[in-house]
Amino acid sequence: MRYSGLRVIREGLFGNKGWRPAWREPEPKAEYDVVIIGGGGHGLSTAYYLAKNHGITNVAVLEKGYLGGGNVGRNTTIVRANYFLQGNSEFYSHSLKLWEGLEAELNYNVMHSQRGLINLFHSDGQRDAFVRRGNSMVNQGDDAILLDREGVREHLPYLDFEQTRFPIYGGLYHPRGGTARHDAVAWGYARGADSRGVDLIQNCEVTGIDIEHGRVRGVQTSRGPIRAKKVAMIVAGRSGQVAAMAGMRLPVESHILQAFVTEGLKPCIDHVISFGMGHFYISQSDKGGLVFGGDLDFYASYAQRGNLPMVEHVMEAGMTLMPMIGRAKVLRSWGGIMDMTPDGSPIIDKTPVEGLFLDCGWNYGGFKAVPASGWCMAHLVATGESHAVARRFTLDRFATGHLLDEEGTGSQHNLH
Amino acid sequence: MRIDGKGLIDRKTALNFRFDGRSYTGFQGDTLASALLANGVRMVGRSFKYHRPRGVMTAGSEEPSALVEVIERGQQTPNVRATVQELHEGLEARSQNRWPSLRYDLLAMNDLFAPFFGAGFYYKTFMWPRAFWERLYEPAIRRAAGLGSLSGKHDEGIYEKAFAFCDLLVIGSGPAGLMAALEAARAGADVILAEEDSRMGGRLLADTVEIDGRPGRDWAEGVLAELDAMPNVRLMTRTAVTGAYDHGTFGALERVGLHLAQPGERPRECFWRIAAKQAVLAAGALERPIAFADNDRPGVMMAGAVRAYLNRWGVASGKSVAIFTNNGDARKTADELTAAGIEVAAVIDSRPDAPALGDYRLYRGAQVTGTHGRRGLEWISVRDQNGERRVEADCLAVSGGWNPTLHLTCHMNSRPVWRPEIAAFVPVDGAVPGLHACGAAAGVFSTAGCLEDGLRAAGAALEAIGQKAPKIAAPKAEDGAYDISPLWVVPGERRAWLDFANDVTAKDVRLSAQENFRSVEHMKRYTTQGMAPDQGKNSNVGALAVLADATGRGIPETGTTTFRPPYVPVSIAAMGAGGRAAGFAPQRFTTSHEASVERGAPMIEAGLWYRPSYFPRMGETDWRRACNREVHNVRGRVGVCDVSTLGKIDIQGKDAARFLDFVYTNTFSTLQPGRVRYGLMLREDGHVMDDGTTACLAENHYLMTTTTAAAGLVMRHLEFVHQALRPSWDVRFISVTEQWAQFAVAGPRSRDLLNSVLDQKLDPAAWPFMACGAVSVSGVAGRLFRISFSGEHAYEIAVPARYGAALFRDLVARAETMGGGAYGMEALNVLRVEKGLLTHAEIHGRTTAFDVGLEKMMSKKKDFIGKAAAARPGLLGAGREQLVGLRPLDAEREIGAGAHLFRKSDPAKREFDQGYVTSACYSATLRSWLGLAFVVNGRARHGETIRLVDHMRKTEVLCEITDPVFFDPEGEKVRG
Amino acid sequence: MRITCPLCGERDRREFYYYGADDYLRRPGEGAAPEAWDSYLHLRDNPAGITRDLWHHEMGCSAWLVVERSTITHEIRSVKLVSDVQEGGK
Ligand SMILES: Cc1cc2nc3c(=O)[nH]c(=O)nc-3n(C[C@H](O)[C@H](O)[C@H](O)COP(=O)(O)OP(=O)(O)OC[C@H]3O[C@@H](n4cnc5c(N)ncnc54)[C@H](O)[C@@H]3O)c2cc1C
Ligand SMILES: [Zn+2]
Repeated sequence: MRYSGLRVIREGLFGNKGWRPAWREPEPKAEYDVVIIGGGGHGLSTAYYLAKNHGITNVAVLEKGYLGGGNVGRNTTIVRANYFLQGNSEFYSHSLKLWEGLEAELNYNVMHSQRGLINLFHSDGQRDAFVRRGNSMVNQGDDAILLDREGVREHLPYLDFEQTRFPIYGGLYHPRGGTARHDAVAWGYARGADSRGVDLIQNCEVTGIDIEHGRVRGVQTSRGPIRAKKVAMIVAGRSGQVAAMAGMRLPVESHILQAFVTEGLKPCIDHVISFGMGHFYISQSDKGGLVFGGDLDFYASYAQRGNLPMVEHVMEAGMTLMPMIGRAKVLRSWGGIMDMTPDGSPIIDKTPVEGLFLDCGWNYGGFKAVPASGWCMAHLVATGESHAVARRFTLDRFATGHLLDEEGTGSQHNLH
Repeated sequence: MRIDGKGLIDRKTALNFRFDGRSYTGFQGDTLASALLANGVRMVGRSFKYHRPRGVMTAGSEEPSALVEVIERGQQTPNVRATVQELHEGLEARSQNRWPSLRYDLLAMNDLFAPFFGAGFYYKTFMWPRAFWERLYEPAIRRAAGLGSLSGKHDEGIYEKAFAFCDLLVIGSGPAGLMAALEAARAGADVILAEEDSRMGGRLLADTVEIDGRPGRDWAEGVLAELDAMPNVRLMTRTAVTGAYDHGTFGALERVGLHLAQPGERPRECFWRIAAKQAVLAAGALERPIAFADNDRPGVMMAGAVRAYLNRWGVASGKSVAIFTNNGDARKTADELTAAGIEVAAVIDSRPDAPALGDYRLYRGAQVTGTHGRRGLEWISVRDQNGERRVEADCLAVSGGWNPTLHLTCHMNSRPVWRPEIAAFVPVDGAVPGLHACGAAAGVFSTAGCLEDGLRAAGAALEAIGQKAPKIAAPKAEDGAYDISPLWVVPGERRAWLDFANDVTAKDVRLSAQENFRSVEHMKRYTTQGMAPDQGKNSNVGALAVLADATGRGIPETGTTTFRPPYVPVSIAAMGAGGRAAGFAPQRFTTSHEASVERGAPMIEAGLWYRPSYFPRMGETDWRRACNREVHNVRGRVGVCDVSTLGKIDIQGKDAARFLDFVYTNTFSTLQPGRVRYGLMLREDGHVMDDGTTACLAENHYLMTTTTAAAGLVMRHLEFVHQALRPSWDVRFISVTEQWAQFAVAGPRSRDLLNSVLDQKLDPAAWPFMACGAVSVSGVAGRLFRISFSGEHAYEIAVPARYGAALFRDLVARAETMGGGAYGMEALNVLRVEKGLLTHAEIHGRTTAFDVGLEKMMSKKKDFIGKAAAARPGLLGAGREQLVGLRPLDAEREIGAGAHLFRKSDPAKREFDQGYVTSACYSATLRSWLGLAFVVNGRARHGETIRLVDHMRKTEVLCEITDPVFFDPEGEKVRG
Repeated sequence: MRITCPLCGERDRREFYYYGADDYLRRPGEGAAPEAWDSYLHLRDNPAGITRDLWHHEMGCSAWLVVERSTITHEIRSVKLVSDVQEGGK
């Protein structure tokens, strides 16, 4: 069923009786060519591109809860291509290009809004680091503009330029950066994959991975065993547990990241603002809520909820940077499980088990990666070769020292 | 309309207030909502999506519709619940989400297009043409959405945060909470009783209930008086407990000044962090609506709220009130209204067997099928077995049953369970460790039951903390059964609202099921039900029931979405209290701060510290001139710079030397007392963590310096290495950064300058480069280190911090008489770049000893932190970027840090990247711009010309790759 | 969140710094194979359940602690001094 404005009008006139399910609710088959564990953004986009780019449609996505119930539906929705290390730059650049065609691709309005991202800096040293980043972005073919203090003021006149603890020296402006509606991304890919024949199976938890003679044979699930020629583990924060079913220990520690939304307000923040010095970022959703977040709670956890110290720290950062939001009221806070790696960059790679693939390690920033991750993971699963833009996301790079540490904080998982 | 003789308001104190520019009066004790109702104002806002007229529905913080902006001089607070805002003299409020006015709202036309605005419609349209999303569709959607607005001005209000500790936190002061608090208080426990409302008593304030033969309110007053008199009890009104967190921590928001016309110095709000050994949740229950056609019209209210307005505020919510219910609660409403002389138009009871109890028109087995009236309710249509009829009423009191206020029990992921007898979810035991739900919050709906349950809960809490509960008998009270027969939605074609605040109707929920958004979480996200300001307090259970019905499942199978903190919305300013302006992070000042400021030095942040950028002199038009002069002073005469911000760690113990060998890549055990050595420290992952000098002050006694940025990190690291990896070694650390003020004295005349302040002149033979020792400055015991971060003959002199200011002034004054002076961070940077010395611009966490050319410092003879990981193949070899110097071919062409480097013939594209600049400056000494850079295989490329491209600063400069040490490469001057 | 430091008593989480799993206590000896270092620095069991992780009472007594804690409920079962654990183990 194609969606369009005309269709909305036609259905509206006839009582909206004609809308059909966005996806089927199939029973799992006994066997698939590819089984994808995890119905988050990355699992669903992988399924979609397996079908679309590689013609592999005998695919099941197994989701233990409901589609999109993990991080893909819990993040602060920032989409950007502002990395500076080779290996990351090309990947996120590719992802942003896919974002830019996503509505047309999926026939689903994911509300990708390129409202511009501004990263603030507060010292000469930070400026230099952002200059390096901006140059990397431009060298990659993406966009970046260095703003001085007055340049920032033109965009964000409401910041506290006089009293804030860390004076604003300027910002790196990334006009193509922005936000998207997170749930819609999961649903759009789900609908697209389903319409190409992929089985989306909800409430189906993978409890074991069957391996014979070093080759994957299938999975055990809460809805019975399913055979598969290839299995892709794409479970974000749960990667450690799922990989353990295949006898693997991963370079991943799972942490909580909290996020917050306020009551609806008339438009007041038109950009995405990132205040690195205060670990604070904010944008305003189309519904009017201020969506913002900060740093990890910093202790390993699967609880999907956090504690007050980080809550308060985030609010304090907001107050020093933009005290105009003081009277906005926080409506809800929640947390997601972040799969933190020792260099803060992801893994898209084969595993020592033949036919078993891994896509994980998205840290706090895998939402913007959803299109490219699916694209590259599908490529890897279909061809057995890494995609050119994801070549460096290897599993063994920690052992070999070919790291992608954008933060420069080293191998401590929670510092990225 | 006010009813004489009713209510807890002070009729002697009339208060003037304004709403939407019109003046009204109310009384002390009113809320804005009760005062508006008393003045006959029914329409107070417009709904979120369809901009439909809305009025007051409830009498509490769960209010979905009566959200207003409160205006003060030059500032406004959006989305204030009129039901919570207490009236005060001069209160000014206005309606939201309407334009140009509440009566005539342009976007009210949205309501006409409702068929096209069903659940999730926006996912299916606005996709073409692509560029229109940011330019047209999104701005239009954003303007239409949102509720109230921020002023855009800084919030200058006062906010506070505080900690509190107690044995028992009792949440809610209705009959259950009061009994719990009383029992615990009499047991001697340290009790906090927190109540969201401005007055304690809970439902006892809103209903006419008898306890021990007295009006419930009087009984509550008695208990409160007893509690108030006890030193171990803290009564906190206007304090909503907002979140349950780990290990007995609760968040709570106190409205301190919001109800006052003249709050004075009082904060607007205070956010409490309460650490409680145990807690009792006695938060009561919230009445829920029934969905029927046009049930959102002003005048349609919750029955319990109608009673509350009557009993608490003496306000009749209408002249003629109809009651629509599915449970036995209606009787109370009808009786109380009748007793107060208000007409009860009819009771519409959906239960076919509803008992006839009073003298009013009863429609059994009947339902309300519609509401009518232009801007407020005028009449309703009622259907029963005899057909459809019209009932005139300007207020409809609805009761769809009660939901326990169990939100806090969900904050740690526990899911409540469905209890069919009361058709509601109740919390499970242990949902939050140490939190005992009781009374209506636990699904106990009779007053007598609540009183007893409060005692039970407090008893359990006391037992858990090992205190003995006193024997208290529950007072006598009404113990009626709660009789409900669920009715969630009245069938019909028209829209029936579930979520008033987000304009979600039963149709939307059915559509979401039709499109296979069948899981309750999908339904919520697809329809936005439960995501509005009331967070589903009014709508969750109803929406769930509609979904269960549409998908052919029962409610328990369908499950429920969860509640997350905060229980009531909390302003960012309250939770962020203290963060405003400089409060966000500590400020650290050196002892020379004042002197530097007096000299006009701009102070810049260095981590949490402030350091002088440069010291301007008359006639210097820009910072560069000052910087050049300061560099010149150091190179030619003498300069003084405060270096106290560097971390200083005192290390002692008989294994101290061994320990240093382990944490540094190079050897320290050979260092003799009176000598200093430069050390390189790696992280265990093989990258450079920090560098600095360590002085051997005496046998087994060392003083380590760290960079300013890494001081805390290094301290923590040393403690870890000791306690975790070498626990048996005899070594101890303490940070002495604040204890010592330390100044660099650098330049060819540094020794002369020092000699002029030291009690004993320096013997050059005893003070070679890298010597250290004790000195005396005007009788003050200090320390002297002959070390240099400038490449000059230089020292650092340290005195106890209390002498720092005096010594700095003295040194600078003397330096000036010698033609030198103070120097700041700019000059310091130039001096170290000229010498190719490192800062965190180079050791930025991704570089190794190999990269910065210090691999020779990695001892082969011993193990040290980071040794093994540094040997990984990826961290070695020609493919790595290595530290080099850069000089523009045209010495006057400015270069900047952050620029990337390319071969002359290559395009400036990622694939051709050869490296980047880390530091750059103009060297007046060498009359050239200089840079430090990392270049692929750079050490083998000295002499090569490379193209520097800086898109950000729009420069392109050809440079020569050089050795990173530009000045005095042989190091003759430092030793001189 | 509150943690009971064996030396200082029950304190707010704000006083503590978190490092990671107690794998960091088992540093490979000199000359250990690269795999041992990979495992030490990077690979984690990352359990959804009881874990033993390292906290530093940075704003208190400076003790490093091994905390036995559930990553699902955050319940804390025990807190020990790292130095005790390590010395005992030797
Ligand atoms: C608060 C927060 C803010 C964030 N902000 C941003 C941001 O602004 N920008 C950005 O780019 N990124 C952001 N992120 C990160 C981003 O959301 C994640 O990196 C990304 O969504 C992870 O990939 P995913 O969508 O596939 O994961 P998920 O959505 O978590 O998908 C994993 C799925 O696997 C399922 N699963 C797990 N175990 C099993 C099993 N055994 N069997 C079957 N299924 C299983 C889970 O139920 C889940 O649905 C944020 C994350 C959070 C939590
Ligand atoms: Zn301690």
